[in-house]
Amino acid sequence: MSASPALPATAPAPAARTQLHTISLFVNNKPGVLVRVALVFSRRGFNIESLVVSPGAEGRFSRMTIVSSGAARDLGQIILQLAKLVDVVHAIDHTGDDSYETEIALVKMFAPIDQRTQILQIAEHFKAKVVDYGADSLILQIHGPSEKLDAFIDLLRPFKLPEIVRSGKLLMARGVRVT
Amino acid sequence: MPQKIPSGGEKIVQCLEREGIQYVFGLSGGAAMPMFDALVDSKIKLILTRHEQGATHMADGYARSTGRPGVVLVTSGPGATNTVTGLLTAQMDSAPIIVFCGQVNAVSLGKDAFQEADVTGITYPVVKHSYLIKNASDIPRIVREAFHIATTGRPGPVLIDVPKDIGQGPCTAPFTDQLDLPGYTVPSRGDEEAITRAAKLLRESRRPILYVGQGAVIADAGKAITALAEKLRAPVVNTLLGKGAVDETHPLHLGMLGMHGTAYANKAVADCDLIMSIGARWDDRITGRVSDFCTRAVKIHVDIDPAEFGKIITPDVAILGDARLVLEDLVPQVEMADTQEWLAQCNRWRKQYPLRYPKQGGLRAQHVLDRLNELTRGEAILTTDVGQHQMWAAQFCLARSNRHWLTSGGAGTMGFGFPSAIGAQFGNPKRKVWAIVGDGGFQMTCSELATAAIHKLPVKCLIINNNYLGMIRQWQEMFYDNRLSGADLEGNPDFVKLAQAYGVKGLRIRRPADVDRVLAQAHAHDSGPCVVVAEVVKEDNVFPMIPAGASLAEMLIEKPKHRLEKPTGST
Repeated sequence: MSASPALPATAPAPAARTQLHTISLFVNNKPGVLVRVALVFSRRGFNIESLVVSPGAEGRFSRMTIVSSGAARDLGQIILQLAKLVDVVHAIDHTGDDSYETEIALVKMFAPIDQRTQILQIAEHFKAKVVDYGADSLILQIHGPSEKLDAFIDLLRPFKLPEIVRSGKLLMARGVRVT
Repeated sequence: MPQKIPSGGEKIVQCLEREGIQYVFGLSGGAAMPMFDALVDSKIKLILTRHEQGATHMADGYARSTGRPGVVLVTSGPGATNTVTGLLTAQMDSAPIIVFCGQVNAVSLGKDAFQEADVTGITYPVVKHSYLIKNASDIPRIVREAFHIATTGRPGPVLIDVPKDIGQGPCTAPFTDQLDLPGYTVPSRGDEEAITRAAKLLRESRRPILYVGQGAVIADAGKAITALAEKLRAPVVNTLLGKGAVDETHPLHLGMLGMHGTAYANKAVADCDLIMSIGARWDDRITGRVSDFCTRAVKIHVDIDPAEFGKIITPDVAILGDARLVLEDLVPQVEMADTQEWLAQCNRWRKQYPLRYPKQGGLRAQHVLDRLNELTRGEAILTTDVGQHQMWAAQFCLARSNRHWLTSGGAGTMGFGFPSAIGAQFGNPKRKVWAIVGDGGFQMTCSELATAAIHKLPVKCLIINNNYLGMIRQWQEMFYDNRLSGADLEGNPDFVKLAQAYGVKGLRIRRPADVDRVLAQAHAHDSGPCVVVAEVVKEDNVFPMIPAGASLAEMLIEKPKHRLEKPTGST
């Protein structure tokens, strides 16, 4: 997307949001598991928007948190097909539940002197940290709900944003509920 | 004397012996040599096939006809890729086969070594599960897990890729029954509450129908289903793969439903007020246009695979479990339903729309198969290939017991019929086994004539030869203004001479008057394989037919006079 001088629309329309699903998987930590999981999505024409894989509390298992877009009516089927994989211990759809969610983003900016104040004001407002302060560029680090990161990045779009790296959504079910 | 440390290949073969394996179907090659070498000293018999696809279908036929897993052994690269069709076939029809593939040395993986292929990568979508062995010490556990996964729950193919250095090197690990499968559970008994709800719906139904699929065959649920049908007095239909779970000659049986099913089965399904799937997955061959399928009927679905619930049809009651165990729990909870008028209606349809074929105008495939049915009387194991002959065989050859009807349903794999019959004959040496094939499909795996011949297997192969890819020709005639494209099999060999070239007895049927005599001659020929070629009329069509994507109400009982729109279903 090219940088536009006008501020972009704040949030995506709610209709588009309902097409995003958050799924957590608890899987064997083995080669090939990611491919098996990805094939379930691609076969049904679902796009994976973000994917976080990390070791579980026991090293023999891994956690995957997947944000995927596609028709809501097919999602239940995808969950069942994921759960059917021998390497998947469980698959849970967290779409719309009140799990704790967070994400981290790094944003690199080319920031000439005359724009720095404005950029730093936005960063301060969003509690973003400056993690690299160069002569011509800044790296900002921000964490929080994915929607907050979206809004932050949208506000920065009028400036030069050569690189954005996002961790993908991290999620954990609250209380005794299983992620 | 200290015990010799076995090689990885020897350990694999010892594990197969421990699993009770009698036969390994395969084709050798460089990377698989450690395993082939180990077979020399084993009591397991190696059946050397002429193509790896043939090996997979043999293992599949062995598995489907016996209920025991079939084992395949092939080499790396092209040897392994040649199994992909057989894996798909087994995956789609839930057949338990285990395919061992040789692989290049572990250090060469991913470096384009000679005859290397990323076999686990290529086969992910067509296996229930797969392994690439990285440590010889994992061999006993992996083989045990592979058999467990292939044969339990919803069965399916499992692939094990064995790098040559693993096969060649030592394996000191002991045998184990310890499985490490935290993500794998096998449903067994159904949920009591769901069964009670199903029983209530069945008791209240006035026009129930039991729809029986491959899951019932696998679970050996036939007795329980028959008991349910008799207690309720409900008619039974089966899918192409469900044939034989319930005796098709039972008075309550209406035969096969679906695209080329009997008219009375489809009319009953279209008019029922309750349909209960027992191990059937509402395939597109069955439902036609889903939005029009049994719209007013209550739907009950018994399946061992939870991913089938709601995939095509969302049932009113879903019962997860083994079909036999679920039915055994269900039967005591139902009582005779008020279905007298419904059964009378079904029987009126049966009389009004019988399966039939013209008795004149040359030799008809239906006539040959009708007579084969008369000759075998449900006692022989029948396998088929894919196409017109398959549908005619399904219509006219009635299956009377479980695991006596083997066909590639889900994948529709041409080339399945003959090798699967060879596998079935190995698994059932005392039974008569007939492969029913078309001239097209037979030529895809006919090199296995050599395999049948060298083992003097008494397998019989009936070729319904119309010198066409007949089902293609039928569609092009009906939906594409008879513009034939890629349907004419001009150049077919003389199949009798082809058989003879392999030292196999070859017989020919030219006229209707020959049928009984030649079939009986082949049936009695037990000293080796026998090929019977029926030179049938070239342009015959399978009816009834529900065009792909149409609703059951649009069933064609016979060839329509008017031109038809192209079907909306994909195949």
